[in-house]
Amino acid sequence: MFGKLTLEAVPYHEPIIMGTLGVVILLGLALVAAMTYYRKWGYIWTEWITTVDHKRIGAMYIILALIMLLRGFADAIMMRAQQAMAVGDAAGYLPPHHYDQIFTAHGVIMIFFVATPLILGLMNVVVPLQIGARDVAYPLVNSLGFWLSAVGAVLVMISMFVGDFAATGWVAYPPLSGLQYSPTVGVDYYIWSLQISGLGTTLSGINFIVTILRMRAPGMNLMKMPVFTWTALITNILIVAVFPVLTATLALLTMDRYFDMHFFTNELGGNAMMYINLIWIWGHPEVYILILPAFGAFSEIIATFSRKPLFGYKSMVYATSSIGILSFFVWLHHFFTMGSGANVNAFFGIMTSIISIPTGVKLFNWLFTMFRGRIRYHSATLWTIGFMVTFAIGGMTGVLLAVPGADFVLHNSLFLVAHFHNVIIGGVVFGCLAGLTFWFPKVYGFTLNEFWGKTSFWCWLIGFFLAFMPLYILGFKGMTRRMNHYPHADWQPYLIVALVGAVIIGLGILSLLIQIAVSIKDRKQNRDLTGDPWDARSLEWATASPVPSYNFAVTPEITSLEQHWDNKQSGRAYVRPAKYDPIHMPRNTAVGFAISMWGLLLCFALVWHMWAVAVGSLVAIVITFVVRSYDRDVDFYIPAAEVESIENARYERLQEAA
Amino acid sequence: MSHLTLSDAAGAHEEHHDDGSKTTMGFWIYLMSDCLIFAVLFATFAVLGNSTAGGHTGAELFHLPFVLGETMLLLISSFTFGVAMLGMQAGRKQQVITWLGITFLVGAGFIVMELYEFSVLLAEGAGPSTSAYLSAYFTLVGTHGLHVSFGLIWILVLMHQVHRFGLDGIVTRRLSCLSMFWHFLDLVWICVFTFVYLREFV
Amino acid sequence: MSNSRLWARLAGARASCLRAAPRAACAALLPLLLSGCDWALFAPKGDIGVQTKNLILIASGLMLLVVIPVILLTLYFGWRYRETNTRARYEPKWSHSTSIEVVVWTIPCIIVAILGVLIWKTTHELDPYKPLESEVAPLRIEVVALDWKWLFIYPDYGIATINQLPVPVGTPLEFKLTAQSMMNSFFIPQLGTQIYAMAGMQTRLHLIADEPGVFPGLSAAYSGPGFSDMHFLTHATSRAEFDAWVKQAQSAPQKLDAAAYERLAQPSGRMEPAVFSQVQPALFDAIVNLYMHDHGTPRATAKQLALTQSLEQAIASELCSAN
Repeated sequence: MFGKLTLEAVPYHEPIIMGTLGVVILLGLALVAAMTYYRKWGYIWTEWITTVDHKRIGAMYIILALIMLLRGFADAIMMRAQQAMAVGDAAGYLPPHHYDQIFTAHGVIMIFFVATPLILGLMNVVVPLQIGARDVAYPLVNSLGFWLSAVGAVLVMISMFVGDFAATGWVAYPPLSGLQYSPTVGVDYYIWSLQISGLGTTLSGINFIVTILRMRAPGMNLMKMPVFTWTALITNILIVAVFPVLTATLALLTMDRYFDMHFFTNELGGNAMMYINLIWIWGHPEVYILILPAFGAFSEIIATFSRKPLFGYKSMVYATSSIGILSFFVWLHHFFTMGSGANVNAFFGIMTSIISIPTGVKLFNWLFTMFRGRIRYHSATLWTIGFMVTFAIGGMTGVLLAVPGADFVLHNSLFLVAHFHNVIIGGVVFGCLAGLTFWFPKVYGFTLNEFWGKTSFWCWLIGFFLAFMPLYILGFKGMTRRMNHYPHADWQPYLIVALVGAVIIGLGILSLLIQIAVSIKDRKQNRDLTGDPWDARSLEWATASPVPSYNFAVTPEITSLEQHWDNKQSGRAYVRPAKYDPIHMPRNTAVGFAISMWGLLLCFALVWHMWAVAVGSLVAIVITFVVRSYDRDVDFYIPAAEVESIENARYERLQEAA
Repeated sequence: MSHLTLSDAAGAHEEHHDDGSKTTMGFWIYLMSDCLIFAVLFATFAVLGNSTAGGHTGAELFHLPFVLGETMLLLISSFTFGVAMLGMQAGRKQQVITWLGITFLVGAGFIVMELYEFSVLLAEGAGPSTSAYLSAYFTLVGTHGLHVSFGLIWILVLMHQVHRFGLDGIVTRRLSCLSMFWHFLDLVWICVFTFVYLREFV
Repeated sequence: MSNSRLWARLAGARASCLRAAPRAACAALLPLLLSGCDWALFAPKGDIGVQTKNLILIASGLMLLVVIPVILLTLYFGWRYRETNTRARYEPKWSHSTSIEVVVWTIPCIIVAILGVLIWKTTHELDPYKPLESEVAPLRIEVVALDWKWLFIYPDYGIATINQLPVPVGTPLEFKLTAQSMMNSFFIPQLGTQIYAMAGMQTRLHLIADEPGVFPGLSAAYSGPGFSDMHFLTHATSRAEFDAWVKQAQSAPQKLDAAAYERLAQPSGRMEPAVFSQVQPALFDAIVNLYMHDHGTPRATAKQLALTQSLEQAIASELCSAN
């Protein structure tokens, strides 16, 4: 019944892991104790675990991301420390088998469990509000998608304490990731955590496409949608188009590992190059999935804080769409050095360079939004300007890597590592932190502390440059990635500087946590009474902060691109409706959570070959699903009187603010 | 006056949100993502099509008349499903349940034939672990079979739901989704029949 | 001070700043540029590496044409249009300009068009499969990536080495590469282009060392726990010294026959450089064929097949006994 699982699977002899386990257990116990003491179990269950409200789900995505950021960053600091010491004969403190798991886990966690939940979280919070909708198209599926992602993260965390994790790099190339060369459960944890969270992401993709295409407020045609919603639409189309490729590819690797098949093995006809092609057909659009919402956030922020409309809206829409389409035609640039002919390499190199055109256009459009504006220096503005400078460099190094002849000497070097961190940190992380600062008041009703926000920004910016500029140089000096020790003493000083940079980024993360804690403590002083703390432009700012569960008491009529701004200018904002109607709302439900918990058991059982448990969990999932399908009591109406009293309270706060 | 029309329009708009078109649109998009999974499996099959590792080729293993029988079953099941949908549109509950039942039997027949085919291959030592080609074959055809099996379970559940709830909005919406699913699987099978089985004999 | 005089002073200050900027930039970059002289990719020792370095510099220069103004404009606009600067013009309704759009689409298009031509040309020129033009006869080297060391076979001389690569200066090097199991990437940064070495496949690479020296090489594709140990040294010497080394190697006590190869194929950590004489003929092809024949494209002769089969048996039995 326990398959391959034995007590030996717990790495008792690893002090770092056991220490971490101790801390996790203590924190867990502290959390349980606090929730019991403050009698919050019921509240957590009814308001968060079973919620189908897109705003709450979005908040949970972001909380998940921030927690996993701590784990991913811990991996990063460990890697930097190892590389700073392990020169010449020194072996450092991490044996290869550990170091290799750490860099794999670092990549997997940062992409799948930090960046992806951050963008999904922002899209969840913002998109329905920006289009004047009450919720997303499928609230239950939304809840399911979140919990599936959370389960994926939990699986990765469990792998640290029970068994091991993949030691293959974050894309797990065969034959190394096949059963023969990775016989432990590590790659299986990798496979199942990605499959289950990938399923969640795909479901979100479908959800948001239908939401954006079918639930916009009347009058909001596509070219009147806010830019963030446009980037969300393209992002979700990309998600639905490429995550199935990841699902299928990992399934084929699973066939090799579980059923002794030969898709990617060396012997009996397998073709490892096929995996590489497939995984990057997913992998390249994936990074555009991560960056486009960040671009959207920056567009909203720069327009708001420059007190000017976004320059070149139509251009931005076309540029975003072209980036989306082009992202399918560039995947081979991840393996120019695998020996394709010159024609093939040149084609993909040229296509990759072409993507820099719409990206450059966006950069110029943000510039011209600032031009002749009145720029308010909020931390969100700092993130945006820091992004523009940083991303320009990262984009440039990307186009350099797009030249196959240059890539022949830069492929897999630290130059590459510096490039993708440049665009992911400078783009995705900066964008999501900016978005977090910008939209936080909408969810929680108070603003974040500005001092700690600015501190966090400067630490991230300085830390980033210190941590990664030396890596560009090391790439030029011939250092490749994923080395856990190296013979050349002249590489070491740069790695030490990089370690210092990583520590400063750590201070940035610490500042972010302090910012959140201080803001919660000071929430009464920083209440957002109007729902529009930044004097912003798009529709979500017309609602109260925090937004009531139904978002809009009356669905707005849209006649312009910046409806809320235009309403404010013409005095038509915050007009009290003559009457309220009852509002149709979906009921909270435990189904998403329940299916995901069975999913956790299913994946854990599959990792350890506990076949009976696996089959049982699968049956439980199907039964839960079927039982839910018989449930006819899945929605309710908020009575008009209740809506009216909530709205009246809101108008009172507006008076108070005025 | 304008406020009243505003909320009226909003109310009517709300009803629009609750009709079935959102559900079927979302299901269609899901189906397209499923199509991509099959596309990857087909592409992989194409790449590994000659990697028989000196072992059995498809030409040696496949019995075309048998496969034709399977194909006929699946095509018939699409037809019988169509008759069920006609019953749904006409509001005839019993017709829906009966023809869904016939679809189930025919579909189950397909699965039985496929399982038989697989067992024969395994007995001949031509299992999925003997070559990349056979790995690709079993995975592609097996994935299709898994989808059909889930469809069969879904048919049973919906037969019961039609019986229990009648042909109300929710049930008809689900029947439309299952209909799309079933015909889609039929389409995938046509591709399998052509690119996997017929390929060996041209 | 009146607006216009302040404006003139600012303009003047900016102008002199701009004049000083190149000098300042050079002064700041000089130490960086000078130290760049010993960065492997900017101090290439062979023609392929030289072409690559020039390509990197040209492509970077092309892009800096856009990137530097963008960064400067970002900082400048961010400073000039700050809200406390009420003297800057504020156009709260301006958000469209066809002429600006034309410019911001066209400039990147032009640069990318130039880059596109550059890419097409240089990708063909730097194609690793393309033989080098030279009057000197090429030296053939067969490379096998093992766990976790490099095996270099010199088929024309019947010798082989582990983790060391003596080569003569000025002679084109023709590499054929494969791997025993894991994917690796053969890379000598100071000589140029890297290429993957994969099991069951054969890739090709052409490099040349134009100056004598010792050039570090490594694997640039992660392949497992011993990956960091896969570094080797390329010794580029005069022809005479190279020939002398070959003669010495041909009388090395260790021979590389099927049994010796099968021992090498076992996973091991860092291996010190070693030399083998009397390399089994067609060993490289047999290694490639270990897996290639499963792909349905049998290319082996009977003799190669026999060698492959004996290799397979030897390796299989070793692996079984290891488990």
